[in-house]
Amino acid sequence: MALGIEPRTEASAFWRFASPVLAVLATMLAGALLFAFLGRDPVVALRAFFVSPLSSVYGLGELGLKATPLVLIAVGLAFGFRAGVWNIGAEGQLTLGAICGGGVALALSGTHAPLALPLVISAGILGGMLWAAIPAFLRARLEVNEILVSLMLSYVALLLLQALVYGPWKDPEGFNFPQSRMFDPAVILEPLWPGTRLHGGAVFALLLVAAAWILDAVGMAAFRLRTLGLAPRAAAYAGFDRRRIVWGTMLASGGLAGLAGVLEVVGPIGQLVPQISPGYGFTAIIVAFLGRLHPLGILLAALLVALSYIGSENAQIEAGLPQAAAGVFQGMLLLFLLAADFFVRYRVRRIDTPRRAREIRPWTP
Amino acid sequence: MVTAATPLLLAATGELVVERAGVLNLGVEGMMLVGAVAGFTTALATGSHTLALFAAALAGAGLAALFAFLALQLLANQVASGLALTVLGTGLSALAGASRVGIPVERLPRLALPGLSDLPVVGPLLFAHDVLVYGAFAMVPATAWFLGRTRAGMVLRACGENAEAAHALGHPVRRVRWLAVLFGGVMAGLAGAYLSLAYTPMWAEEMTAGRGWIALALVVFAAWRPGRLLLGALLFGGVGILQLHAQGLGLVALPSQILSMLPYLATVMVLVAIATVPGRRRFAAPACLGEPFLPSR
Repeated sequence: MALGIEPRTEASAFWRFASPVLAVLATMLAGALLFAFLGRDPVVALRAFFVSPLSSVYGLGELGLKATPLVLIAVGLAFGFRAGVWNIGAEGQLTLGAICGGGVALALSGTHAPLALPLVISAGILGGMLWAAIPAFLRARLEVNEILVSLMLSYVALLLLQALVYGPWKDPEGFNFPQSRMFDPAVILEPLWPGTRLHGGAVFALLLVAAAWILDAVGMAAFRLRTLGLAPRAAAYAGFDRRRIVWGTMLASGGLAGLAGVLEVVGPIGQLVPQISPGYGFTAIIVAFLGRLHPLGILLAALLVALSYIGSENAQIEAGLPQAAAGVFQGMLLLFLLAADFFVRYRVRRIDTPRRAREIRPWTP
Repeated sequence: MVTAATPLLLAATGELVVERAGVLNLGVEGMMLVGAVAGFTTALATGSHTLALFAAALAGAGLAALFAFLALQLLANQVASGLALTVLGTGLSALAGASRVGIPVERLPRLALPGLSDLPVVGPLLFAHDVLVYGAFAMVPATAWFLGRTRAGMVLRACGENAEAAHALGHPVRRVRWLAVLFGGVMAGLAGAYLSLAYTPMWAEEMTAGRGWIALALVVFAAWRPGRLLLGALLFGGVGILQLHAQGLGLVALPSQILSMLPYLATVMVLVAIATVPGRRRFAAPACLGEPFLPSR
């Protein structure tokens, strides 16, 4: 029987929620097949990935620790993605946040300055905003593609960090390791619970989710973003200033990425090292989509994706799987999600009557 | 300079054809990586460079097919699909190559062209390369001819400029786009294989180092015209070589990391320069670039 598809007049509410769930299940299944193909017991591998990290207080702390930067960055990115502003360079903004915050922390060491920690964190946020301002300026002024610029600047930021920790900022008493001095205890975020590494940044991430949710529900800003993303012309007629939206979304996402970066260095790391994040800036893009660009969805998605990070570390130890498996999981997750999202926007219909044959577009999968 | 330009040229030529058909595939980096690892692994296992190149092309096309299914059949957002492809390609290639990092493999043989290779100065510079270098440079006029002078090329461009009209004229828009995307995958796969079989004959995680993204920028720089692609690729190849030599000879009193930023900064500057050229409307992107196409009845 011939099949046809029909665009839905309104996005399907059911599929908006069902599609991420379906994508997660499909990813698990495909992951199991992949592990079997690699000659590993899929049950053992999947348990190492998704169950055993959750069976200890330390594991739960790690989950929150890794979800924190993902939430911070993804909530910021979601603002832009709604408006069709593609900031792909959060990794670079995170790195610059770490550099700026870390630089201030190193400069303040031994001074016992009051308010040292807030100063360090503000420097990190400003650093991320500064790095995002470059693609924002180029896009708003010259219509230069922000995807390519923000991505290129990520490579530049990583190299800048390496130039610093291999060069001027290297710890003179560090046995020539490429890392800075440890920060003063005054600028270190202590763990919330003993026995874990979870720090106060997690609380901030939760507050951010709540704030973004309220803004989403009542604010005019969210409406403007969505209009610009879905119907750019309508937004122009309504007089929404596109340049201001580009600047606003880029600076917000850059600042949040910078915050994520500085929290990493004053939290679990405690110094500057050649690589601050295992790709949180890129993974947060997946988190934003998986969470339906909605703050609460992003929180859940971040926890799940954080689990894949810990899971891959765990699977490396328990099942001997390379750490790169995390990337495969995350890539599959986004692919399956995009595929399942088909059902949000379209309806598959059988073409069985002449009338339907006139109205419905033929389609083959 | 020619060798540094080759992978960029291969990947960018492929992506140019894809974009001319109206599809934006941001997964070039991912396709290059799977091509690199497939070519390298095959060469290591069989010792055959022919098989290796074939495997690389197939791997690139395989990943491209995933993208085409999402973007063309399921009408998914092309930006997001391309990003997913890059994430997946990076992960898959790292997983596949994990046990073989750093093992050297025999380089693609250099093919001397009788007569030409013996020319003084020019000979060794231009005519002592491997099949991929010649292929990459030959593809540029071939692509220009295909897009500008053949019927199939014009149909492909029509699909990129106005998919509805092309469909109304009876052209199979979706099939044309599928073929273009697969061609892009083959070219990106070969570009990756050039890196792992000739440029630095070994495998390292993320060895493409952003070249897939630079290739995307090259297409913008070339204003979607094959001829200007050549100029751009040589320019970027030159920047890369300049950086290597400056590093090697210690001419510049800058940390190596600062010099390594050059290609990325050059990309940004080129994008800015293109955007400020007056009269740039003449070099606009294909009108339907990145828009999903659902044929109307």
